[in-house]
Amino acid sequence: MTKPQKQIHLAAHFPGVNNTTVWSDPEAGSHIEFASFAHFARTAERAKFDFLFLAEGLRLREQGGKIYDLDVVGRPDTFTVLAALAAVTDHLGLTGTINSTFNEPYEVARQFASLDHLSGGRAAWNVVTSWDAFTGENFRRGGFLPQEERYSRAKEFLATANELFDSWRDDDLVADQAAGVFLRDAGAGAFVHRGQHFDIHGRFNVPRSPQGRPVIFQAGDSDEGREFAAAGADAIFSRYAALDTGQSFYTDVKSRLARYGRRPDDLLILPAASFVLGDTDAEAEELAKEVRRRQVSGATAIKHLEFVWNRDLSGYDPDGPLPDVDPLPGEHTVARGRAQVRMYRDPLATAREWRELAAAHNWSIRDLVIETGNRQTFVGSPATVAETINAYVQADAADGFILVPHITPGGLDGFADRVVPLLQERGVFRTEYTGPTLRDHLGLAHPDDARGERAAS
Amino acid sequence: MPSTPLAPLHLAVALDGTGWHPASWREPVARPRELFTAAYWADLIAEAERGLLDFVTIEDGLGPQSSHFLDPDDRRDQVRGRLDAVLIAARVAPLTRHIGLVPTVVATHTEPFHISKAIATLDYVSTGRAGLRVQITARPNEAAHFGRRTLPRIAAYDDPAAREVVTDLFDEAADHVEVVRRLWDSWEDDAEIRDVATGRFIDRDKLHYIDFEGRYFSVRGPSITPRPPQGQPPVTALAHDTVPYRLVARAADVGYVTPHDTGQARAIIAEIRAEQSAAGRAGEPLHVFADLVVHLDDDPAEAAARRDRLDTLAGEEYTSDARVFTGTPAQLADLLQELQSAGLTGFRLRPAVAGYDLPAITRGLVPELQRRGAFRRAYEADTLRGLLGLPRPANRYAAA
Repeated sequence: MTKPQKQIHLAAHFPGVNNTTVWSDPEAGSHIEFASFAHFARTAERAKFDFLFLAEGLRLREQGGKIYDLDVVGRPDTFTVLAALAAVTDHLGLTGTINSTFNEPYEVARQFASLDHLSGGRAAWNVVTSWDAFTGENFRRGGFLPQEERYSRAKEFLATANELFDSWRDDDLVADQAAGVFLRDAGAGAFVHRGQHFDIHGRFNVPRSPQGRPVIFQAGDSDEGREFAAAGADAIFSRYAALDTGQSFYTDVKSRLARYGRRPDDLLILPAASFVLGDTDAEAEELAKEVRRRQVSGATAIKHLEFVWNRDLSGYDPDGPLPDVDPLPGEHTVARGRAQVRMYRDPLATAREWRELAAAHNWSIRDLVIETGNRQTFVGSPATVAETINAYVQADAADGFILVPHITPGGLDGFADRVVPLLQERGVFRTEYTGPTLRDHLGLAHPDDARGERAAS
Repeated sequence: MPSTPLAPLHLAVALDGTGWHPASWREPVARPRELFTAAYWADLIAEAERGLLDFVTIEDGLGPQSSHFLDPDDRRDQVRGRLDAVLIAARVAPLTRHIGLVPTVVATHTEPFHISKAIATLDYVSTGRAGLRVQITARPNEAAHFGRRTLPRIAAYDDPAAREVVTDLFDEAADHVEVVRRLWDSWEDDAEIRDVATGRFIDRDKLHYIDFEGRYFSVRGPSITPRPPQGQPPVTALAHDTVPYRLVARAADVGYVTPHDTGQARAIIAEIRAEQSAAGRAGEPLHVFADLVVHLDDDPAEAAARRDRLDTLAGEEYTSDARVFTGTPAQLADLLQELQSAGLTGFRLRPAVAGYDLPAITRGLVPELQRRGAFRRAYEADTLRGLLGLPRPANRYAAA
């Protein structure tokens, strides 16, 4: 052994508004009651996870002009739940997805700085961007942002938020009662930002928070998204959890860092990963198959096919063969408010490929949807899963994983109880938190250290 | 004491930094260095809950505090900076059981969609104890923090020349509240069905587009967050003049007003009740609370001495939109009951120094009112609407 073992980072994604989440399971609890979030967060903290992760959606999804009703629908406000979770946990990082398109920097920076204060330095922001007028219908400005400008606005949004976070120095707050000096400098919080998307100035009204700035996550996969992450993110929430695709993503993104004067350790790659545990590998495989069937009902399979076909397929039998009509070309109109439709860039080719696959294996529509998607990342006994996760991290497919259980809120319990101890035994996962902040858990420097402004303590 | 027994009072406390007096942070009890920690707020709100208060409000703003009416200042001798009030309320919610949590929300620069789901979520994390206090801002410097519009400079909120600007801001706030409320109702209570047989998680016929189209914005809906436990968390607003009285009458469950005596209280209430009728809400419960700044001590001389000490530190006498009371908890109880006779249903007290005057309310005023049969002896409801005697409202979109 020449290379020291990497330490694994683990996080818990609250089960989402999509068909990964099996709401029909008898064990499935509420997706909205705070007790579910508290249970989930406490499990993650008991297992010494780095952080909890919350997704966001700002418009209910629609298909065929109607609200999509087959998956979990409804979620709480990200900031509000994270602030409440800060009260029932002591160390767990609190990562929230917040859209940069339908918000303004001053307000979002206040909210993250407040969350960081109220959690003692545990806030993280997954910066996402959207442009669609469909979501815009819920907001003052409507669909104001051209698609090609979404990253330029997101970049400027983040840069502006950083200027606000940095507008107070650590020692601006004096609060010397005897001398009657509350602020060291009357200009604390002063900022001026003039740019293409934001032209704002004034004074930020939240003093510098424990982490200086929240930890920044990025999730986009396009070349622009990767560049955005390389330039300024602390971690990437990626979709490449397999060994080979994970390694090539990891290499690609880490190689972009030098251009920005950053080191490979300055940006963590954390793919989303689902899992199914069993007492034996064989039992886990059986369970995983069963979970996949539950995740894809016949009705869900038809809806999924519509993402590619871009037409109403409700007349088709999910247990029958694939449609012989071709996908409708042009702009996607059937499914709205979901990212999946963008994954199929050439629907005609996908349809052709799927027909061939189905014919070769004698698959029905439902079989095809089950077999071509939704394969869990880690399936096996606790020992197998622990070993695989560790192997992937040591082989630089990832720096750790954001685990996505399929049951709310207890879907993480088995992993916490059975897999984490094995990783701890191998010496690749912490047995105790070593610091109070999320930056401590992730091994990230405080931004003032980088600027050389932080007093040594 | 009045000869005829009055209905029990409702009591709220308005929390703002270390207290409402600008020199309050200089007092030994003030903990100014902890203002930006969860523990500070948790302690204050636990104290309010110990006193069985209906709710706390939490002040907020989209810019630093200032000693000027509409402009920022560059003072270094007063508290500047605050945390987001909704997040403070959420952070404290799991640590409390009964007390209502009413953060301030500025309608002028925020998205009603975000505010609606934030307060709905506060209602979930507090299991039915959320409310909101809606506020407008005409400050040009706060508009510049957003850069989306400029606000014409006004001389004062009640200046006749400013009437159009102020009316617009309050009309926008009324639209904001209307959208927030419609979004809370955009899910019927039983919309989540989890019907395994048909694979449907929700009955989408029980979700509703709100299709609000107003002068300032349009919002389609439905909310992403299911209807909150209270159905409609209470909406509250502070009002000093006809235009805001109209907002209270049209859109609120609790209005805060600032009479300096019983006569003024009577006149304000008459105006609000008339506006309420004009808005077609005559039959609906609408609380009107008076705001009072309080300096309290069992020894009236000590209360006055503390006030004077604070005024000296501040360099000027502290005046406020609300009447400033200085005296003992028993004297305050007398005043509250006298004002109540004008038709007020409760009070929102603004502690001059949170560290002194909040415990004086919970440990002095409350027992005094209890002795007079004028305040609850235990929490008898587990939602804020319940504490305020407001029934859980029907959903406007549900078929009767």
